[in-house]
Amino acid sequence: MTNPNPASGSPDKEPATEALQAREEARATPTAPAGDTAPKQRPAEAPRPSLGKLFLDNLWAANTVTVTVLAVVLAMLVGAVLIIVSDPDVLATYGYITARPADAFNASWTVVSEAYANLFKGAVFDPDAVGFTAAMGPISETLTYTAPLVFTGLSVALAFRGGLFNIGAQGQATIGVILAAVAGFALPLPPGVHLLVALLAGALGGALWGFIPGILKARTGAHEVINTIMLNYVAIYFLSWIIVQGGVQNPDRADAISKPVESSAQLPRLLGDNLRVHAGILLAVLVTWFIAWLLNRSTLGFELRAVGANPDAARTAGISVTKTYVLVMMIAGLLAGLGGSNMVLGSTADALTPLVIAQIGFDGILVALLGRVKPWGVLLAALLFGALQAGGNRMQSYSGISLELVTVLQALIVIFIAAPALVKAIFQLRAARTARLQTSLAKGW
Amino acid sequence: MEPGEIHALLGENGAGKSTLMNVLYGLYQPDEGEILVDGKPLRLRGPSDAITAGIGMVHQHFMLVPVFTVAENVMLGAEQVKLPFAGFLDRRRARREVAEVSERYNLRVDPDAVIEDLPVGIQQRVEIVKALTRDVDLLILDEPTAVLTPQETDELLTVMRSLKAAGKSIVFITHKLGEVKAIADRITVIRRGRTVGTAEPSASRDELAALMVGRNVRLTVDKKPAQPGKPILEVAGLVVDDDRQVRAVDGVDLTVHAGEVLGVAGVQGNGQTELIEAIMGLRPVLAGTVSLDGEAASGWSTKKVLRAGVGYVPEDRSVDGLVKEFSVAENLVLDIYDRPPFGRGLSLKPNAIAESARERIEQFDVRTSSADAAVGTLSGGNQQKVIVARELSRPLKLFIAAQPTRGVDVGSIEFIHSRVVGERDAGTAVMVVSSELDEVIGLADRIAVMYRGRIIGIVGPDTPREEIGLLMAGITPDTAPATPHEDSAAATPHEGDAAPAPEGPGNEDEA
Amino acid sequence: MSTTAVPAVAVTAVDEGFWTRARKAGAVLLALGVLAAVLFGSLATDQQARFTLSETEGGAALAIHGTVGAILFGVIAAAAGGALLAGVPKRWFTLLLGAGLVAFVLSFLCWQVSAAPDGRNFMPLVNIVRGTFVLALPLIFGALAGVLCERSGVVNVAIEGQLLMGAFSGALFGSISGSVWVGLVAAALGGAFISLLLAVFAIRYLVDQVVMGIVLNLLAVGVTGFLYERLMQTDAAKYNSAPRFSRWEIPLLSDIPLIGPALFRGNIFLYLGLLLVLVIHLALFRTRWGLRTRSVGEHPTAADTVGVKVLRLRYRNVIMAGLVAGVGGASYTLALYSFTKNMIGGKGFIALAALIFGRWSPTGALLAALFFGFADQLATYLGAIGSGIPSQFLAMLPYLATILAVAGLVGKVRAPAADGKPYVKG
Repeated sequence: MTNPNPASGSPDKEPATEALQAREEARATPTAPAGDTAPKQRPAEAPRPSLGKLFLDNLWAANTVTVTVLAVVLAMLVGAVLIIVSDPDVLATYGYITARPADAFNASWTVVSEAYANLFKGAVFDPDAVGFTAAMGPISETLTYTAPLVFTGLSVALAFRGGLFNIGAQGQATIGVILAAVAGFALPLPPGVHLLVALLAGALGGALWGFIPGILKARTGAHEVINTIMLNYVAIYFLSWIIVQGGVQNPDRADAISKPVESSAQLPRLLGDNLRVHAGILLAVLVTWFIAWLLNRSTLGFELRAVGANPDAARTAGISVTKTYVLVMMIAGLLAGLGGSNMVLGSTADALTPLVIAQIGFDGILVALLGRVKPWGVLLAALLFGALQAGGNRMQSYSGISLELVTVLQALIVIFIAAPALVKAIFQLRAARTARLQTSLAKGW
Repeated sequence: MEPGEIHALLGENGAGKSTLMNVLYGLYQPDEGEILVDGKPLRLRGPSDAITAGIGMVHQHFMLVPVFTVAENVMLGAEQVKLPFAGFLDRRRARREVAEVSERYNLRVDPDAVIEDLPVGIQQRVEIVKALTRDVDLLILDEPTAVLTPQETDELLTVMRSLKAAGKSIVFITHKLGEVKAIADRITVIRRGRTVGTAEPSASRDELAALMVGRNVRLTVDKKPAQPGKPILEVAGLVVDDDRQVRAVDGVDLTVHAGEVLGVAGVQGNGQTELIEAIMGLRPVLAGTVSLDGEAASGWSTKKVLRAGVGYVPEDRSVDGLVKEFSVAENLVLDIYDRPPFGRGLSLKPNAIAESARERIEQFDVRTSSADAAVGTLSGGNQQKVIVARELSRPLKLFIAAQPTRGVDVGSIEFIHSRVVGERDAGTAVMVVSSELDEVIGLADRIAVMYRGRIIGIVGPDTPREEIGLLMAGITPDTAPATPHEDSAAATPHEGDAAPAPEGPGNEDEA
Repeated sequence: MSTTAVPAVAVTAVDEGFWTRARKAGAVLLALGVLAAVLFGSLATDQQARFTLSETEGGAALAIHGTVGAILFGVIAAAAGGALLAGVPKRWFTLLLGAGLVAFVLSFLCWQVSAAPDGRNFMPLVNIVRGTFVLALPLIFGALAGVLCERSGVVNVAIEGQLLMGAFSGALFGSISGSVWVGLVAAALGGAFISLLLAVFAIRYLVDQVVMGIVLNLLAVGVTGFLYERLMQTDAAKYNSAPRFSRWEIPLLSDIPLIGPALFRGNIFLYLGLLLVLVIHLALFRTRWGLRTRSVGEHPTAADTVGVKVLRLRYRNVIMAGLVAGVGGASYTLALYSFTKNMIGGKGFIALAALIFGRWSPTGALLAALFFGFADQLATYLGAIGSGIPSQFLAMLPYLATILAVAGLVGKVRAPAADGKPYVKG
């Protein structure tokens, strides 16, 4: 029961640069104990192996890409098992597996391969599709699901980097979607301006909801994990209350649904009216770029990372930790609020319902972890999750496999990602010197 | 080890004393070699094996659960239960055991007190009681006096003598020569993980010290006489609490002039840390004033203090000084990242940061594979040089260095010392806080001795060590009423228990 | 290994001068009391507010004139607040605060009940008490699961998932076997399955415990939702028609007025839940296991140095927590409803709130769960009498209360010191 990688004792290592750091460590280790008085001499390096071999070695040494791919494969294997055991017909063939094993394998293969084929066709490309719309349909769907996840994923990732665990993206997105929708149907504004105002309203709503746990953390030390969880539910109840208020509720409907957002406040569609992909995805890429800049190339990002990695040292160096916490949570909330706005200003829905934002906040946590809490990583992870959702829809309608399988796959992928040691053990990877996805928050309440 | 013997294990910080004892206590597994108890080899798979074998240990960081009572801590792991199946605790019996042991060895503790409410000295007593209730024959004390006041140290030594009288063997790990000479029956000196010699307590200090460090360690720092200028830092009547809201600094007055080094000596935990943190704006000032170059600076934010031209090397570099995950370059601008040329407005200038990093690394001889290496991969000495380089690379009025050479190799120590003196010669006011008396004596132009949150005396660097040692133990020479704060010191209620203890075997000399 | 408990940085020291915690609470309570007396008093009608000791309007009742009651109880709350503000010995704090809050609630009820439409201005206390317990039940199990886990230093955010998995496997295996007892065991094992995953990943692979908890919740939602749609929806008779525990009336006790019909005519889960609170409380504070559990949650290194097997103990406790939560999940599917997708609906997080609000103690968690259950029941009741108070705001109450508690406004909450920190030797 020992840490598989005790050499890199600090769990706070920035997960992204693992490979690089590991190399650094490997280099530093032989010299460090020798003392510093001796001039630093690197031991003569072994003859360089060929580039190709180096590449393969590194690939197999459990770097992030390998681990991710293997995690996806593992998750799909577990998913396949679930598909088989939940299919009574296929299960029946296992009753006589000793007599006719081929039956069982064929039936299993058919149901699983068909399900995953539909998953792929729904997410990426359907070879049988005819015409532009049909061909682009899967991609359009994938991008539509991706956009809000980028925002919530960035929200969680940014907070992680600042040393905070934002479980409240769901609540922040909820408040964001409320304000965006209300601005979208209540304000009489010209197109363009209206959209901008609605987005801004959503962002502000999220920022407000992020500010609360931020200021509570800064002022009283109250743990943000608890407060953001609690605020999620407060936001959900607030949503279900406000929908049925006069002036918000759709007067033509008896159920809990708000008035629809004006078309002047909707994000324009990118590929014509028949495809759902909208400008939200462009905004998402833009925001990803901005967050990447903010983290790595701005003074604020420097403060944020310093506070996240070592708040004591940051404070000693004159950085206001409390101010940074509040700011981090506000920006995180703002991002989640934008994600929420996407759900009602894009093509997913045009009115508030109790389930309008689905799970984007919670999914954002998974996306952030899968993206190794780096902005561009988050974008890619969101793309994968968006694809799974889009494909899941097709899998549900064509193969009759419940969409919930996608939730299972997503959770499993992240579980495997979170414990590379397990993936390595399963695949007998080289005792790699690298890659523990250790988010910088081994801390309790 | 023989029964009824006090065996001292002497060595510098980081010589491997604690590791050795942790192996002996079963916490770490030995890579090779064996342990013999009563002539039989012993395999320890965990602390419980050690306890069974009659080995008890009092760790440097106490292994007590803060929210438990004394009795609960003592019984933990060796609980007496009623109704064996249900496992109900027999608290009465635990209390009785504590009372018995306290009685027998004269270790007064209240079994129902909660640990976190007890002073450090009493907590240590609880640790000893805990070991004794487990019927140990061999007790390991790991740096037991590091956190104790001289009085508490005296009491501890008395306890150790009575344990010895009761036939217990004691391994006493320390790096303080005075204590060793006062109590040990036999001394083993360890250096860099090896036994380098054994000695009798009659051996002279110089011999022991030489064994410990391997060469003669007169820390001499070449420097010209100081030319003090105007006062830069003035502290008056400062009162500060520590993290536990206990008074740590209790009315300190001091002045540091431009172009001089004021050394602050004292046993660790006498308020030095809190004093500096208050000056730096890291800790609220409850009363009194701090002024910097004539300006009232109490209540300033840390950033403002730094910007006013104060450089600060914090005591614990890995906690307060560096962000280990950051690169060397980033750590070199940790407190000036938002100032031109490194940052303008919201944007950071990576090129300027890299450029300056290259210069600093060169200038301060930081040994690193590259400026982009994470600082955590550097050795202690080089990490410290990064901090010193960062703090000294902007124009300073005041430079505060706390324990500037703790855990740093000899080469780096000399380098850092020369930099500190260089800064003084450039006209900066310098304040050096160290628990290594030799370092203070070597660097300082004036030495302020801190004891229990007060400056108990300010003396010159050529004052005999013994006299400074007495001051560190809280003993003001009656014949020297020169201390400016004697009146306030005399008014304290604790003054009574600090009555002269002539042979004061405590903390007077750090090796 | 240095495990010295470093206090969280950036926590601005609370400057306790005149404004001690008691005084602040007193000031708040005073304001609430005055508000109650003025606002509730003026809104209440001169109808009688009747609190009947039965399930209906009839029978014995406590009745008070609406306006008088609202003002009277408001004044009592204000007086309690005033006393706290004036400064009273510490031991009175809890009593006064509790009395003040109860009086505030009573003032509110006097207003609501008296202002209800004619014929409905009574409150059947038996229903309220029973409903409170029924609604609190999953919270009690969930919070106990939290206590077991977190007292040994493993954060349990996966309570929701454990409850859900318990409910699901209880329903599934109960249906297949046709036995409630098989269902109950399966439910416990289902909860334990989720907590085993938590234990392995948190303890063996050192994955952040909060992250793991969140992910496991999603996993539980996904797996149960998937199998529900694939199995239970296609063949509900076979897979989702578990037998239910019947009510057990306890002789004698069930004849006590008010309490009897409310508490002693319940099902096995009610008795089991209350029993578990008692057992876990005693075990935690009186037994060897409890002492070791708490030591591991507070200072694992210290426990290790005296020979306590830290990791083994944590594994054991986390799995026990799953068993308890699994039974809690069964209290839905083996007593009340058939399984539906995501049927726990956030109760696991309210249980977490109850755990924190109850300061990580079993009895505290019980009281917090009852308080939250009462708020829930009150929302239902107010809806039934057509009150204008939106039920959503009452539903927020547990969450808001927890935020206030964590922010230190309702007293200090302190988690076990090593909660959430993986233990690695050396």
